[in-house]
Amino acid sequence: MTTTLANDLSLRLRIEALFADYVQCIDDDALEQWPDFFTGDGVYRVTSRENLSLGLPVCLVYCEGRGMMADRISAMRTANIFEPHTYNHSISALKILSVAVDGIRTQSNFAVFRTMADGNMSLFNCGRYMDRIVEDNGVLKLADRLVVLESRRIDTLLVIPI
Amino acid sequence: MDDGSVAARHETDFRWPHSDTSQTPYRVYTDETLYALEQQRIFQGPVWNFIGLECEIPNPGDFKTTFAGDAPLIVVRDRDGNINAMVNRCAHKGSLVCFKPRGNVQELTCVYHNWVYDLAGNLTGVAFRRGVNGKGGLDPEFDLKKNGLQRLRVETYRGLIFGTFSDRTPPFRDYIGPELCANIDRVFPKKLKVLGYHSQVLPNNWKLYVENNKDAYHASLLHVFHNTFGVVRPTMGGGIKLSDNGWHHLSYTVRNKDSDDVVGKEQVRSLKDQYKLQDVRMMEHKLELGDYTTNAIQTIFPTTVVQQILNALAMRQLVPKGVDKSELIWTILGFEDDDVDMQELRLKVNNLVGPAGLISMEDGCVGGWVQTAAKADPTAQTVMPMGGRNIEPTEGSRVTEAAVRGFWKGWRELMGV
Repeated sequence: MTTTLANDLSLRLRIEALFADYVQCIDDDALEQWPDFFTGDGVYRVTSRENLSLGLPVCLVYCEGRGMMADRISAMRTANIFEPHTYNHSISALKILSVAVDGIRTQSNFAVFRTMADGNMSLFNCGRYMDRIVEDNGVLKLADRLVVLESRRIDTLLVIPI
Repeated sequence: MDDGSVAARHETDFRWPHSDTSQTPYRVYTDETLYALEQQRIFQGPVWNFIGLECEIPNPGDFKTTFAGDAPLIVVRDRDGNINAMVNRCAHKGSLVCFKPRGNVQELTCVYHNWVYDLAGNLTGVAFRRGVNGKGGLDPEFDLKKNGLQRLRVETYRGLIFGTFSDRTPPFRDYIGPELCANIDRVFPKKLKVLGYHSQVLPNNWKLYVENNKDAYHASLLHVFHNTFGVVRPTMGGGIKLSDNGWHHLSYTVRNKDSDDVVGKEQVRSLKDQYKLQDVRMMEHKLELGDYTTNAIQTIFPTTVVQQILNALAMRQLVPKGVDKSELIWTILGFEDDDVDMQELRLKVNNLVGPAGLISMEDGCVGGWVQTAAKADPTAQTVMPMGGRNIEPTEGSRVTEAAVRGFWKGWRELMGV
């Protein structure tokens, strides 16, 4: 195995591990740890394929910095009212687009299945993560995660991050 | 044009069980016949339906498709710059003429059999009109002029486009009245720009969402974020305005110039004085409209909402999708002359609203809870006693259900029940 191939594989495995940890944090309802997957000034946005393709900037969720992400979670825990539900994420088709000094750009597909307290399960949405990942003290962190929902339709509401 | 309230094709045995509208039977949310009647008597009756924005179709040939009730519509700008709205249904076999959400066209062509309409909906061409080899072709008696797309009357106001099926609908200004026109003037004083769209599928009858918008009583109680962060408190200044006929309303909140950052001490279940945002940028409010109004939610009967929440401006259009489902389409707005900072501020404050909005998401689920509970007993009823039984505006308090009662008054008048 050449060194380059080994490096590529090693990077891919590290990114896959980051994503696995990320979705398991959400799916396990450990949301207080969710902002830690980002850099301190990391950006998290959720938009639709429609808005993105029309070049329209509004997002469903727009957090700049861990503080805003933490606010989302504490609002969810203490203020927002909704029927209890859980997510199960599937991630696939990780593609490393580029590796540059300001980070590694990747895209990957996701699907989120939502299960309500009564057992009703549905495909909540699927789409694509568009990410910029940086190394922070030897740990990979999300500097920018753009969640592009395939469907603009949100069933009922969106409160748990994707 | 058809006037559904006169030429009813459905009938119902439903009769309103009271002399006033301070109680509603649950049947109004679950009855399929009433839903069909609403299409004729309300959405295709003497009302103005919000169907788009002028800035969405700036150039000749630009079109968008949308709905008024169940009726699919094409909204298009013609070569003279006029905006036309037609039912999106080919005169021939009834296919959708436009099946894309938006675009630009020279003319409107139904792909099924290539029948062609101009941008005013006039039928201008029929494929194989003369047949083939002198055989087949169009019946010589057939009059193209009588077979255009069904047209709506259209009016624009401050960049908003409204359409009506009825000749009886008064001009838009008279429809909502001067006081409510003044709020649209206030919220949309300049050229608008679309910042994006959201779509939220609500598991409930359309009227439950309309009532929710007219119900200022719930705002500080259900949307706990309000109290927790002091965005809206029941004791803040503001009130309810109503059109003379009670159909349309405006609920507004005015912040105190001096103590706008103080969380109140009201006795509401959720108040958490200790709770602070780590990052307040999504709550920033730049006074851009010349006053201290922080929230203004205006409804236009039947299904239109004009929204100002801090600097988050939007039009909300509710589309019924059967008796127990509806789609709420949010068009998020800014002004054409917003600079980079202003746009960024709007994007941040939009965290508060929309399907994931910190102060609006609950509206997505609460209607479904009523829908689920209502089904079991259509004769059981709601009670709406807050603020008495009247349909009067109030100054200085939003603890009233007057605007909800006003909605049901309008619904009864158009439904004839």
